[in-house]
Formats: sequence, structure tokens, C-alpha cells
Amino acid sequence: MRVDGKGLVHRDQSVSFKFDGQTYKGLAGDTLASALMANGVRLIGRSFKYHRPRGIMSDGPQDPNGLVELHRGDQITPNVRMTQQEIHAGIDARSQNHWGNLTWDVLELNDLMAPFLGAGFYYKTFMWPKAFWEKLYEPIIRRAAGLGSLSMAHNSDDYEKAFAFCDVLVIGSGPAGIMAALTAARSGADVILCEEDFRFGGRLNFESYDIDGQPGAAWAAARVEELSEMENVRLMRRTTVTGAYDGGTYAALERVAQHVSDPKGAPLETFWRIVAKGAVYAAGAMERPIAFRNNDRPGIMMASAIRGYLNRYGVAPGKRITLFGNNDDAFRSALDLQAAGLEVAAYIDSRPDAEIKGDFPIYKGARITGARGRMRVDGVTLRTAQDQEVWLTTDCVGMSGGWNPTVHLTCHMNGRPQWNEQLVAFIPTPGSVPGMEVAGAAGGTFSTKGCLKSGIFRAKTVLDAIGISAKTTPAPEAEDSATKISPLWVVPGKGRAWIDFQNDVTAKDVALAAQENFKSVEHMKRYTTQGMAPDQGKNSNINALAVLADVTGRSIPETGTTTYRPPYTPVSIAAMGAYAQGHGFAPQRLTTSHVASVKAGAPMIEAGLWYRPSYFPKAGEVTWRQSCDREVEMVRNHVGVCDVSTLGKIDIQGPDAGAFLDFVYINTFSTLKVGRVRYGVMLREDGHVMDDGTTARLGEHHFVMTTTTAAAGQVMRHLEFVHQCLCPDMDVRFISTTEQWAQFAVAGPKSRDLLNGLLDAPIDNDSFPFMGCGDVSVGEITARLFRISFSGEHAYEIAVPSRYGAALFDALCTAAKEQGGGPYGMEALNVLRIEKGFITHAEIHGRVTAFDIGMERMISGKKDCIGKTAAQRPGLLGDTREQLVGLKPAGAVKKMNAGAFLFSPNDEPTRTAQQGYSTSVGFSPTRGMLALGFLRNGRARHGETLKLVDHLRDLETLVEVCDPVFLDPEGTRARG
Amino acid sequence: MRLTCPICGDRDRREFYYLGAADYLDRPVEGEAEATHRYLHLRDNPAGVTRDLWQHEAGCAAWLVVERNVTTHEILQVSLAKDEIRDAR
Repeated sequence: MRVDGKGLVHRDQSVSFKFDGQTYKGLAGDTLASALMANGVRLIGRSFKYHRPRGIMSDGPQDPNGLVELHRGDQITPNVRMTQQEIHAGIDARSQNHWGNLTWDVLELNDLMAPFLGAGFYYKTFMWPKAFWEKLYEPIIRRAAGLGSLSMAHNSDDYEKAFAFCDVLVIGSGPAGIMAALTAARSGADVILCEEDFRFGGRLNFESYDIDGQPGAAWAAARVEELSEMENVRLMRRTTVTGAYDGGTYAALERVAQHVSDPKGAPLETFWRIVAKGAVYAAGAMERPIAFRNNDRPGIMMASAIRGYLNRYGVAPGKRITLFGNNDDAFRSALDLQAAGLEVAAYIDSRPDAEIKGDFPIYKGARITGARGRMRVDGVTLRTAQDQEVWLTTDCVGMSGGWNPTVHLTCHMNGRPQWNEQLVAFIPTPGSVPGMEVAGAAGGTFSTKGCLKSGIFRAKTVLDAIGISAKTTPAPEAEDSATKISPLWVVPGKGRAWIDFQNDVTAKDVALAAQENFKSVEHMKRYTTQGMAPDQGKNSNINALAVLADVTGRSIPETGTTTYRPPYTPVSIAAMGAYAQGHGFAPQRLTTSHVASVKAGAPMIEAGLWYRPSYFPKAGEVTWRQSCDREVEMVRNHVGVCDVSTLGKIDIQGPDAGAFLDFVYINTFSTLKVGRVRYGVMLREDGHVMDDGTTARLGEHHFVMTTTTAAAGQVMRHLEFVHQCLCPDMDVRFISTTEQWAQFAVAGPKSRDLLNGLLDAPIDNDSFPFMGCGDVSVGEITARLFRISFSGEHAYEIAVPSRYGAALFDALCTAAKEQGGGPYGMEALNVLRIEKGFITHAEIHGRVTAFDIGMERMISGKKDCIGKTAAQRPGLLGDTREQLVGLKPAGAVKKMNAGAFLFSPNDEPTRTAQQGYSTSVGFSPTRGMLALGFLRNGRARHGETLKLVDHLRDLETLVEVCDPVFLDPEGTRARG
Repeated sequence: MRLTCPICGDRDRREFYYLGAADYLDRPVEGEAEATHRYLHLRDNPAGVTRDLWQHEAGCAAWLVVERNVTTHEILQVSLAKDEIRDAR
């Protein structure tokens, strides 16, 4: 029911919206909660465990009952808070957690079963018969558990991640937050003001206080107007700061487009990381309920929410309203209701000495002992100071057990709040988050004047700390009443009195936990599930620990709180992981031949972040093997072209470049002649192989190192480490040039013929002998030519600046065709190198040493190098090591796998009998199935027959151990 | 978490690579097997101030010695590793 003349909603802007399939009308400025309340809809959801009917309880993000699913096409956003969600024409909200419809929920049966469903029910039941768990109990529990549901469709909504930086972050825009923002902004600081509501002003929008003679909401609007005109201020509404982290970093979730029917390309939500030199935390406070029998019935609300809905939305939550509190603030609701002409059935205060007056029935020293009504409250029973029972007819009850400062963010870095006897509340411990000051009600300052002053003072403290001189800002005039409260947590009596409305935990459950010796607050929480629902105990934590303190005979500070962890309110994973689905999951690195490769029909495979062609199918080829076999034979007999740009290239220069390379490689590079290339192996300091590759000497002080594709980043980091941390006095500099050069392998007996058709001046075996390098000219472009081979053939790699890569690849492929060749992909490259016994990271996987791959003799005795000492450690040498071997079929073998294990033919293939494993398998068109692998003492066992077993892929076959070099062991082809 | 790179300034920790204790700066001479074992494997694990090596990998590539308190998360000092070594010599 709307109340004339009240509220900040736009009376002339009607908005229709859908709830549970039915269309309603609300006003612009309404939330789902206020609009439904204005339409007289009380029942908005079902409770988690007992499926009890529930209504809206509060006017903020903490509401335990007002959670809905928002449907948009095939998308569902579950657990949206009705108290925050603005209505709009496209909204399709649906209530959660019921079987059948909201009014006739089948699982309300659980409520009748309540005597059996108390805390620990799940731990004590469903234990037998054991077989029933998987087939019966778990499916039923899973079906019944959880709030809201997912669409199970791909999430096609847009989300965004963003960073922001400022001098002063102000969290909350109530009286304290506004004054803090004004003080900082007027002093010239770069300010961000975050407000979780869609309207700035915080509590002022829900109250009837005046500030400087103006209604609080109007005062707030005018101050925000002033802030919006300042260039050094960013105002962020619909933005909840959800966490405080190290180094002045704060997480925030902005609801960007959930409130509009057409987002016009805007993301649904943005996840912000805000880095602030200082922060003022002015998050306010939240009122807490009082536990009495059936205090969860629809129509029973927070006292402040009753006046909140009246003042903010012009909605009366009931016609005959009863208020029940233990503090002076609760009485304000009665006064606001009366001023708006609404009927106050009674004001009930648990304090016999409460100083309150009004022309409605007032019961001092009295308590509500229970509520009547099922789908909504229709009356309450109260026990007066004279111990008489009185029945009251009422359709709405407001309860107030006092206010909890919103201490959450102050605890995110391990801070613990302190108990304040006088305020009957936990308040933040100063300095809990470095750089963050707490202002206003969040710090236990509850009067409006106090909040205004505190905002100014805390902003000044922050400005001082970050070296900005604060300009004096006077505090406006406002009410300044003291907080008067006397603790009341639970009204004793029969029946269930709710503590945690969202997870259905009652005062009895907490007592039961203590009785069963779950006396620590952390144990009680987990045993009862109190505080573990989406509201994270915002309504219930303090009440629960007060009950626990009482039943265990401890004080509240002795009992302590559970840990407040981020996020303050739930953050959708989709927002935190914005962009990171589908192609956005990882960056894509594409070579200059990518377009041509895709055009040629090559399936692209991922190699780290790179995409490389798997093979280049020709017409008539049905399987990849046909293409691969052809490409292998093409390279062996004619010529092939392959993009090798993905290999890491590091340009190394300086007088000490040679000495530096001697230190990182096991072999020597300082003696390498200019115009020559050498293969090198580098170790980690622990003696294991880090990477291998070739390094060319282009000049006296100029080398180019190549790394494997996989280890390019790691090697670059390693070189920087060795230089900066171990030998900073070496005069050497290096830079990654991987992306600056496009590099192509030209391999095969006709490779030189091919090149000589393209190069501006021909080459021969004298100008470019095996392992020679130098500049050449191609199409008047200076290119680098390296005569190196990863296939065992007479081969070259030619590199040009990347901008010429696509053109050169095209020219090479065309020229190759003339020689009976063409491009080849990763599959053929793999077969070619396995035939030659060349290793990749399949072999040097991090646990092998130079000894294991037969290269220990490369470790120079004349110099130290990284990993040299550790490589000599016992256990890293000798016949107990698994050593690199070749494996070939023994008899008719259909299949071999990489990652299969080697056993003696007579041994059972179990873990302890394992003697080695295969690392790479390829099918050679000329030699059949070949594999590389590691075998204990393998070099001494060539000729042995072993069993290769892969339990996962159902492989068991006999193989013969052999030398890892299957083809041309003398290397004559590469030198030819 | 944020680190102030002496070259680039205040940056998010996502720009940095973490290696381990600054003990890695004190590399033993060749052939000292026992010292190499200690260098590689033996570390203190204090609840308090640590000195660690980080690299500003997504920035200037400088290796840094970061002194921080692992119980309070306070960053006490960030310096260039090469300066630390030269000072130590």
C-alpha cells in the first residue's frame, strides 16, 4: 500500500514488471521488494530447510528471504537480492526454493518434521543402510538443497573487469561517507565514492532526519550534486566494495546493466580492483532481529525497515503495525509511522525504564513471546512487565535488537572487532586495514551529527597520512542523540525462535550445538550451518554468538566472532572471470603464416599460447596419417617448409656475451666463431635440463639464442636472473625478439636449390656449411640464414622481420612446390625428429639430467656453469638412472603410446616393477612405429625386449630397446 | 598485494614473478657439493620478516629483493637485486 506524500519514488512513472509469471505495476525508483510490498505481495520465498513461507525482512543487501532468479531468455541469474534490484519493464523475477508453486510448496512437509530436522540432522541420519546414500539420500538432498538454480546453458552475458586508482576511496555514501568525500574532494584529492545502492545518501534516504534544516535525503542529493561537478571525484553507485586486500587494493562489484531492459552493449556487471592510497570506510550499520517464537513469519520485519520502506518508497508494510525493541532507535519507527498517519498497534520495549512517550499503546518491560499466522503474521502474544499475557491483532511487526556496525571490511586482513558493552555491539579495531579509517556507524558512531563529524575527521586523518593538506569543512547541524540500549537476544519460551532466517537455524539449534560440545563459535557455526547462507550471517552472527555465550556461561567477547571473509556480498564468478571463457580464456599468439596455413586447410593445434599447423591435407587424403606420411617423405626426398617462428629468440649483445653464454650453457660458446651456430644445453641450478637449442654468433659481441617454444619465457627469465643476480658485472644485454622475426625451416635434399631460386645471391656449401650462419638478401630484404637441421636433412632456417613473414612463407611454399615439396606441419616435424632421436620437452620434462640424455660429456670441465656442481650429485649419475633410449616394435605391433610404462616381459605390470616409460611416439613411413623413452640403465640394454603397458589406454605390447637415433647416425644427410 | 618496483613504481603483484628466498643470491663456488646442497634445498621459514626474490616480469624485467613481513603482509623494502649484490661485495 502506497502512502501519499512519502518516498523518493517517481509517482508519475509507472513501471510494469513480472514476478512468478504475474505482471505487476510499480514506480520508477522501486526495488522488487518495495514494488511487491506496494502491491500487497507478502509471500516472496521459501526458507532453505523447512520451506517455511517468508516475506521481506529488511531494506538492504542483507535481506535473508528476498532472493529471486532473474530470467532473460535462456539466461538465469540466481540469488538476486530483491531489496537491491530495481524494477524495469523487462524484468522476469521468479521466487526460489520450492517444489510446486510458492503458495503450495510440497517441501513444507519438512516444517512438520522439524523435531527430527534440528542441527546436525544430516550428520546423524542417512548413515544407514549404507547403500542408500548414493542412490537415494544424496540425490534427494541435492535436489532439495541450494538456493536458486542455474540455467545450465552457456553464459552468454557480458561481464567486465576493470582497474581504478585514486587518492581516497570512500566506501558508503551516508552522512559519514558524504562528508568524508566532500572533505577529501575539497582538499584536492582524487576521490572515488562507492555506494552499493542505486541512490547516493545511504541511510539518509530511509530516515526522516533533517540536516541543516533540510530533509536528509535532499541534503544528500545536493552534496552529491556538488561532488558530481568536481573533476577530481568519481561517483560509483550500484557498486559494492566487497573486499579489502594488501597494499590498498579493494575489490568492488558494479551492477552495470542488471537494472535496465536493454543493456545496449553494456556488461551486466563489472568487477573492479580499486587501488587507493587511503580509504574511509563508512559502510554504516545493520539492525539485528530478536529471536522469539515464529519470528520468521511474513510481515515480521526489522523495525528500521518498516520506516525505511515508508520514507524511501512511500510504502506501508502493514495496516496495523506493532513494534518491538530494546533500544531508543526502534521507537523512531513508531514516530515515523504515526506522523504518516499509520496505525501503530503497540510499541513494546523490553526495557522497564525506557524513556519514551506516544499516543499509542506502549508496553515497557514487555516482550513478544510468539507470533501467529502462517502465510503472514496476524497477531502476536506478549508478556507484560506484570507477567500478564496479552494478545494483539497486527499484520506487521517490527523488531529491533540494536544495530551491528558493518565491521566486515575491517576484518578482511585478519582484524578482529572489539566488543563495546555500552553500544552492545562489536566495533572495529583501529588500524585493522592499513590506510583505511572507519567513519560513522560502521565505527559505532550512531547519531547523525556524530556521523557527519566522524566523516570529516576520518577523511582528514587519511589526507594527513597521504600528504594532502586537508581543507576545513564545517559539520552540518543534525540530531545528536545518544545510543540507549539494553541487551535482548532471545525471548525465552517454547517453540522455534529464528536466529538465521536464511539457513533456518533457531536458538535451540545453537543451544544443541553447545550441548553436543560444539562450543567454539567456529564449531557451532559449522555444526548448525548458522551464517553459512548467502547473507553470510549478516542478520544472525552476533545473535547466534550471544546465545552461545549465554548457554556456555561465557561473555560475548570471550566467545568471539567467526571470521569475516571477503566478499562482503556474493560476487558472481562470471564477473571475476570476465572475458576468460571461450577464446578469451588465454591470449592467442598467431604466426605470420597463420592465415595461409588455415587457408590451406591445416588444422591448427595449440603450442602454449601459439597456434601451429598440425598438417596440410591434400585432396584425397582422408586421415591425418596420410598427410603426415606424405610430408615426412617430402622432406626426406625433396624439400619442406615449416614455420618455426614460435621458438624463442633472444638477442644477446655485449663484450661479455660469450662468457655469459659459457655460464648458462653446459658447453662453450665463447670459442664459437662468428658466422657459426652451436647446439647448447642449459641446466637448472639443481642439475636438471632446463632447455636446449642453437645459438648463433652473428658478430664478435652479438649472439642470437633460440629456445624451445615451450620454455621461451622461462629461459628469458632465467637469463635475467643469472645476469642480474649472479653476475651483474658482466657487460651483456639481451632482449626477446621472438615476435620480431618470422623464421621458416627449409628442409630436405633440395633445400639449397629452393633457396637459390629465391635469394638475391646464391649460396653454396662453402659460404653456408653445416652449422654456418649469416646475412643473405631475399627480395632486397636482409634476412638471416642459419644452416641448422631439426629433421636430420640438409636444412636451413631463414628469418626475416615479421612484417615480411607472410610474403616469404608464400614465396617459400610456391618455390617448394616447384621442387616437388610443400609446407609441413607439427605431425611430420615430430616424426622427422623422432627418427633422428632429437629431443623436445616431451623428453626434457624437468626430471632428466644431461647424463640421462647422454650429453654429460658436453659439460665443459674448463669452466663453471649453472647446474654443474649439482649435476655431479650422487643419484643423478650412474646405472640407476633412467636413460634415453629408442623403442621399436618387437613383432607385429599395432599401437604404441607416449606415456606408457616399460616392464620386463615376465613381470606383472605394477607400479613397483616399472623400469621406464615412453615419451614420444611417431610413425615413420620408412621404419614403422618408433618411440623414444627412458629406461633404467637403458644405454647398456640396447637389444633387450620389454613390455610396454598403458593401463589407461589398454595397451600391452612387446618392444625392443635400441639406440635413440634411428636414421643416419653419422649425420651425413645434414652435411650433404 | 602491490610492490613498488624501484624502476617502474607502484604495481599490482600480477606483474611480478616470485622465485624464492634471497639466499639464491649467494651462489657457492664450483664443486662445493655440500654448500650447493644448502644453497638449493635448505631454507629458514620465519614467521616474520623474509627477504625474497621477485622479478618485475611484466614490466622492466628487473630482479628485486623484497623484504616483507609474512605475518602482517607489510612490505618493508624493495631493492634491485644487482644493487644488493654489489653492496654485499
